[in-house]
Amino acid sequence: MKQLIRSPVFKRLFRPVLTSSCVIGKRSSHFTYFPDTVPESQGETVRLNLFQSINNALDTALATDNSAVVFGEDVGFGGVFRCTIGLQDKYGKDRVFNTPLCEQGIAGFAIGVAVGGATSIAEMQFADYIFPAFDQIVNEAAKYRYRSGNLFDCGKLTFRAPCGAVGHGALYHSQSPEAYFAHTPGLKIVVPRGPIKAKGLLLSCIRDNNPCIFLEPKVLYRSAVEMVPTQEYTLPLSSADILVEGEDVTLVGWGTQIHVLREVADLARQQLNVSCEVIDLVTILPWDRQTIFNSVKKTGRLVVAHEAPVTNGFGAEIAAAVQSECFLHMEAPVERVCGFDTPFPHIYEPFYLPDKWRCLSAVKKIINY
Amino acid sequence: MAASMFTSGAILSRKLLSVRVLSECVRVTNLRCLSSGLVEEQPNFPGSRSKWTESLDFVQPDLYDGIPVYRVMDRKGNIIDPASDPKLDKDTVVKMYQRMTLLNTMDRIMYESQRQGRISFYMTNYGEEGTHIGSAAALDDNDLVYGQYREAGVLMWRGFPLDRFMNQCYGNEGDQGKGRQMPVHYGSTEHNFVTISSPLATQMPQAVGSAYAFKRAQNGQCVICYFGEGTSSEGDAHAAFNFSATLECPVLFFCRNNGYAISTPTSEQYRGDGVAARGPAYGIATIRVDGNDVFAVYNATKAARHITITENRPVLIEAMTYRIGHHSTSDDSSAYRSVDEVRQWDSTQHPIARLRAYMVTQQWWDETQEKAWKDDCKRQVMQSFARAERRHKPSWKEMFTDVYDEVPDHIREQYEYMAAHVAEYEEHYPVKNFVKNE
Repeated sequence: MKQLIRSPVFKRLFRPVLTSSCVIGKRSSHFTYFPDTVPESQGETVRLNLFQSINNALDTALATDNSAVVFGEDVGFGGVFRCTIGLQDKYGKDRVFNTPLCEQGIAGFAIGVAVGGATSIAEMQFADYIFPAFDQIVNEAAKYRYRSGNLFDCGKLTFRAPCGAVGHGALYHSQSPEAYFAHTPGLKIVVPRGPIKAKGLLLSCIRDNNPCIFLEPKVLYRSAVEMVPTQEYTLPLSSADILVEGEDVTLVGWGTQIHVLREVADLARQQLNVSCEVIDLVTILPWDRQTIFNSVKKTGRLVVAHEAPVTNGFGAEIAAAVQSECFLHMEAPVERVCGFDTPFPHIYEPFYLPDKWRCLSAVKKIINY
Repeated sequence: MAASMFTSGAILSRKLLSVRVLSECVRVTNLRCLSSGLVEEQPNFPGSRSKWTESLDFVQPDLYDGIPVYRVMDRKGNIIDPASDPKLDKDTVVKMYQRMTLLNTMDRIMYESQRQGRISFYMTNYGEEGTHIGSAAALDDNDLVYGQYREAGVLMWRGFPLDRFMNQCYGNEGDQGKGRQMPVHYGSTEHNFVTISSPLATQMPQAVGSAYAFKRAQNGQCVICYFGEGTSSEGDAHAAFNFSATLECPVLFFCRNNGYAISTPTSEQYRGDGVAARGPAYGIATIRVDGNDVFAVYNATKAARHITITENRPVLIEAMTYRIGHHSTSDDSSAYRSVDEVRQWDSTQHPIARLRAYMVTQQWWDETQEKAWKDDCKRQVMQSFARAERRHKPSWKEMFTDVYDEVPDHIREQYEYMAAHVAEYEEHYPVKNFVKNE
C-alpha cells in the first residue's frame, strides 16, 4: 500500500483538483478564543486543548475511584472526539467500554450503574442524539432520590455530550439542548468555556452527588488551548464567573458564546465607549441567580446570548427572573440574542448564530433605550 | 487495500479508475484468496459467520411450535415428574403459601379501601402470586430487585411488613418514601427492592447497569428485573436485552406474561412467540415456565440465578400467568373481557389452590389450619390498615427536600414563600392532617 501511495502514478492521479481560490467564502469561526490563565500558585501547568483536558479529568476520575466506569458509543478506541483516548488501555475494558448504539440504553444502564454503587460516566456521542434518553434522564435520573424518599439515588452519575455550533454541523450536530433539561428539577447542567474550567468542572460533576449533564462545546475541542494545571482540582458548580467587570451593561452567556461576548465587550468599549460586565453562567441548573442579579442591579442593563433558539431558551428563564428581581434597577428591557426559531441550518449558519455584530447591536439598542 | 484507497480524502473521477490502478487491486485480492483456501467454504462477514445457502427460504414466524412451558405440577397441584419436585421443606412451603394468601388478603382489603375513598389508588396481584413467591424464594435476599408494579409478593416474601405497605399507600409519616408517590410504588433498601416508578420498562436497562456494577464489585449478587409482556414492547426492553448480553451482566429478566396490558390482549401486543422467543435472538439463555406453578417458577429461577452468578450472563424467564384482577382501581376489565374468562382462571390452575393441594397431599395443611390462617390474615391486615389510616401525613416541608442531595437556594426560597402563604391562608390547606413543620 505504502509503495502505491509513493508512486508517481498515484500522486498524479490523486492531485487535488480544487484549490482554495475556488472556494466561495472560506469558513472561519464566528469567535476569537479568549484563553483563561491560572495564577502560579496553581503549580505546574501543561498546554492542553479541551478534549485533552477532559481526557485528563476522566483519567483522574478513573485513577482516584476504583468503581468509576466510562462508557458510550465508540468510547473504547478513544471516542469520535478523542476525549477517551488511551483510557481503555490504561484502565481496562471492564472500566472503559463501548455500548451498543442505543442512547436510551446508555442512559438507563448509566443510572443502574450508579444505583448499583459505582461511579457512572456516560457519553452521548452528540447532544443532538440525547433525546431517546430523555425519558430515562428526566423521568428517572432526575427523580430517583425524590420519589424514593432518599432511599435510592443515582447521584454518582454524569452524562457528557458534545454540543453547539461547529461551523458545518447543521440540524443534528450543532444543538444546544440545555433548555429542555433545565426544566427538570433534580438535574445539574454544566457548560465549560475552556480546558481549565472543563477539567475542574467535569471532576466536580463526577464527584457531585446528583445526576449531572456536562455539555462540551465541540468547536472548542481543538481550538481552545490553555495552560492547564497538572494537579487534580475541582471547581464549584452553581457559581457564575465574572470575567470582565463593567458598569454599563451585563452580558451573560456560556460555552462558546462567552468568547463572542468577550469580543463584544472589547468592541463596545472601543466603538461605543460602553463598559460591559461579562459573566459566564457556567452552571445552567441550578443557576447562580445572585451573581446575575447583583450585576444587573449595578448596570441596569442585560443582554443574554445563546445559540439555542430564542423561544423558551434558557435566556427566557434568566430574563424572567431578572425582571422580577431587578425591575426597579433596570434602564432597559432584557435583550436576548439567540439562535432563531428554526432548526439549526447548514449553509445559513453565519446568519443563524448570535454573532458579535448582533450582540453589539443589542448593546447599542439598550444603551440608547 | 482497495477500500483504503477509496476512503482517503482524494476526489475520484473517471480518470482515476485507470486500468493500472484496477489491475493493482485485482492482483492483491487474488493473493489474499490463494493464502486462505477456506474463503469459499463459509461466509466471513464481521456481522455473521453462519453458513451459505443457495435456497431462497424465508424463516417464517411459525417455524416451530413455540418454546415449551416448563411445569412441575399439573393444573390440580399434583407433581408430574417427582424428579422435578424441588422437595422444599415444610416450613418453606408453608411460608410460601402463607405469603401468597396474606398478599391476597391485603389486596382485597386495600382494593376495597380505595373504593371507599380511603386511599387514592391500588393495584392487586390476583392470579400472579405464584410468580412473585416462586421467584423470590429462589433468590438470595441480597439480590437486587427491580420491579414494575405488580410484584408486591416479592416484598412480602422478603418480610416487608404490612405496616410499610399500608404506610406507602396512605402516604403517611411512616412511609419511608415520604409520601412522594402514588400507592403501590414501594421501595426498601433493607429488602433490596428498588423503589417502583410508573414509567414502564425504564427499570430494565437500569437493572442491567446495576448488574454490571455488581459484576465489577464481585459481590456474588445478581439482579432480577420484573416486567410485564406489555412492557416488553417498550424500547427500553430491547435496549436492556441487548446491553445485558453484550456487556455480560448477571441479570435475570423475569417477564410476567399475564395476558393483558390494561385492555390490550397479547394478540395485539406481539405477533411472535411471546417474549421468550426474543431472548435467544439477543444471545440470552431463555426459558418459559408455568407462572402459576410455584415450584416451576422456583426451579427455573434457581437455575437461572446459578447461570447469571457463575457465568456472568443474562437469563430470560417468561412466566405464563393470568391477570385475574383489573389492571388497577382505575380499570373495569369487564369492558374488554368476559366475566366467564376471568372466573375460569380464578377457579382452575390458580397458584394458591395448586400449592394448597400439594400441601394437603403432604399432610402439611388442612381445613382447620386454613380457616385459622384466613382469620389471622384478615386480622393482621385490618389492624395494620387501621394503624396506617390514623397516622398523620409527613410535614409538607418534605415536598421541597430530596430534589437534590442538599436543598439549593432557589428551592429553599420557594418553600419560604409557600410557608408564608400557608400561614396567611391556612384555612384553605389541609394542614391539620400533616405533621407540623419545624
